[in-house]
Amino acid sequence: MAPQVATLASSASEADAPHSLLLRLGADRPLQMDAGASLAPLSIAYQTYGALNAAKSNAVLICHALTGDQHVANRNPVTGREGWWETMVGPGKPIDTNRFFVICSNVVGGCMGTTGPASTNPATGAAYGLDLPIVTIADMVRAQALLLDDLGIDQLFSIAGGSMGGMQVLQWASLFPERIFSALPIATSAKHSSQNIAFHEVGRQAIMADPDWRGGRYLAEGVRPAKGLAVARMAAHITYLSDSALQRKFGRNLQDRERRTFSFDADFQIESYLRYQGAIFVERFDPNSYLYMTRAMDYFDLSADFGGSLARAFKQCKARFCVVSFTSDWLFPTSDSRAVVHALNANGASVSFVEIETDRGHDAFLLDVPDLIATTRGFIDAAARARGLK
Amino acid sequence: MNGGAPSTRIDLVRVADMVERGARVLDVGCGDGELLRLLGERRDVDGRGIELSQRGVNDCVAKGLSVIQGDADTDLADYPDDAFDYVILSQTLQATRRPRVVLEHMLRIGKHAIVSFPNFGHWRIRAQVALLGRMPVTDNLSFAWYETPNIHFCTIRDFVALTREIGATVELSIALNSRGDALRFTMPWWAWNLFGEQAVFRLRRKR
Repeated sequence: MAPQVATLASSASEADAPHSLLLRLGADRPLQMDAGASLAPLSIAYQTYGALNAAKSNAVLICHALTGDQHVANRNPVTGREGWWETMVGPGKPIDTNRFFVICSNVVGGCMGTTGPASTNPATGAAYGLDLPIVTIADMVRAQALLLDDLGIDQLFSIAGGSMGGMQVLQWASLFPERIFSALPIATSAKHSSQNIAFHEVGRQAIMADPDWRGGRYLAEGVRPAKGLAVARMAAHITYLSDSALQRKFGRNLQDRERRTFSFDADFQIESYLRYQGAIFVERFDPNSYLYMTRAMDYFDLSADFGGSLARAFKQCKARFCVVSFTSDWLFPTSDSRAVVHALNANGASVSFVEIETDRGHDAFLLDVPDLIATTRGFIDAAARARGLK
Repeated sequence: MNGGAPSTRIDLVRVADMVERGARVLDVGCGDGELLRLLGERRDVDGRGIELSQRGVNDCVAKGLSVIQGDADTDLADYPDDAFDYVILSQTLQATRRPRVVLEHMLRIGKHAIVSFPNFGHWRIRAQVALLGRMPVTDNLSFAWYETPNIHFCTIRDFVALTREIGATVELSIALNSRGDALRFTMPWWAWNLFGEQAVFRLRRKR
């Protein structure tokens, strides 16, 4: 369905006035950040689906990925497209909103209403830009915990997420082990690899090399480093797919033409596709936010605070885990998930691990992959029985 | 792992009978999770599984079982000592590359190890080799030699010899005939080795 452009919100206005529920925390409840700063005031934009039961025991937190947002299972107010995880979350879906109270909040450093670089800094009246302290995965998780405190939820029935969302799931297990009953980290890693940091650096350099970036002050100066952000997205998008899927979908097919043009026009379908992906991304995402998100992932190394032992990071966690990877995901390969599984096993944790066969690459966690749906359904249903939920 | 003959179910029941109620159990090579399901139902165990095939793992997790994809030959080394009360290897020993190492890990990880395996000393198998001069194919061992995953067959006597070599104590043992009935305890080893189609052993480390 084509988005109804007239009713769509602009990405710029979402940063300060989101189409979401909004928790505003004042100076009395600051966010203590890894970078050493304490952030206040703090806004947390979030969506909820379903109803919280009287015992407050049926809450599920969804953690979104790098360029995701809180609009998991509703029409996105900026893009007009359906929620990013409607295959997984909704009435009758594996994470069933008829049974569970599902929460998803925009992460700290994001651009959809939670405090981020595009938000107005109350101290200056202008956007934070690079004045926002560097955000970590743990900072995102601490902010989510503040939201749960406000909602009166002591323990989540489950927590799920893919990629950067999966990092948050693992961070929860380490930081607030008693607050999760079950956990579903998908296509993720307990530490970001050198190759992944390298790709992120390429993306950041593309943004910062755009003359309209203006040292991060583009909002104040009324411009936008759209070209840089589009290139960053194009490069990243390749890493979300797989060689075989690209061959299958595009091959060497030409785009709307019979023969090569002997120019630098987008002759190939894959070029046209990437340009399109870059172009639609800049419509909805803040370039500085992209810098902060990628940095948060780069800094993620869960074992670093535990003398390099991932097993010790999970020592206190009694939650049931289901770890999922995909065969063609070369960004977060199965070996990353296995490392998590081994660490959990070393603690005798209850852990399932499924490697799903697909050629759809890292993006598979967002797609309608039958084995992923069945695995999630089985895991969530068994956990709900163990938790005594209907 | 095996051909899915009716005796498989009996074998699983015999294994389940050897497990204490409420125990922590690791099922190595758990297939589609049938034994784990049985143990959950009958013995109320806290069960985990390892399975090599992706299909098996996905089936298990979809059933709500805690199962990880892994290889008995390589992944048992990652488990800490005494992590489980029972480590079970049901009809899988003959398919491992290094049965002795697998068995030693099982005894390290679990307080008890339970192993069930097809007895290569059964008279039918002996007869096929001796009289026909062909590698045996039976209902229970239905693969031809060139496509079988079973690369390390042993007889009951071979297995008993291995338990002695690695210093394990046999706590319980039963041999099952082709109908899945247990052979009488009073029978001597040689009779078990001849008439037992399958055997189930419960072992522990020598103290």
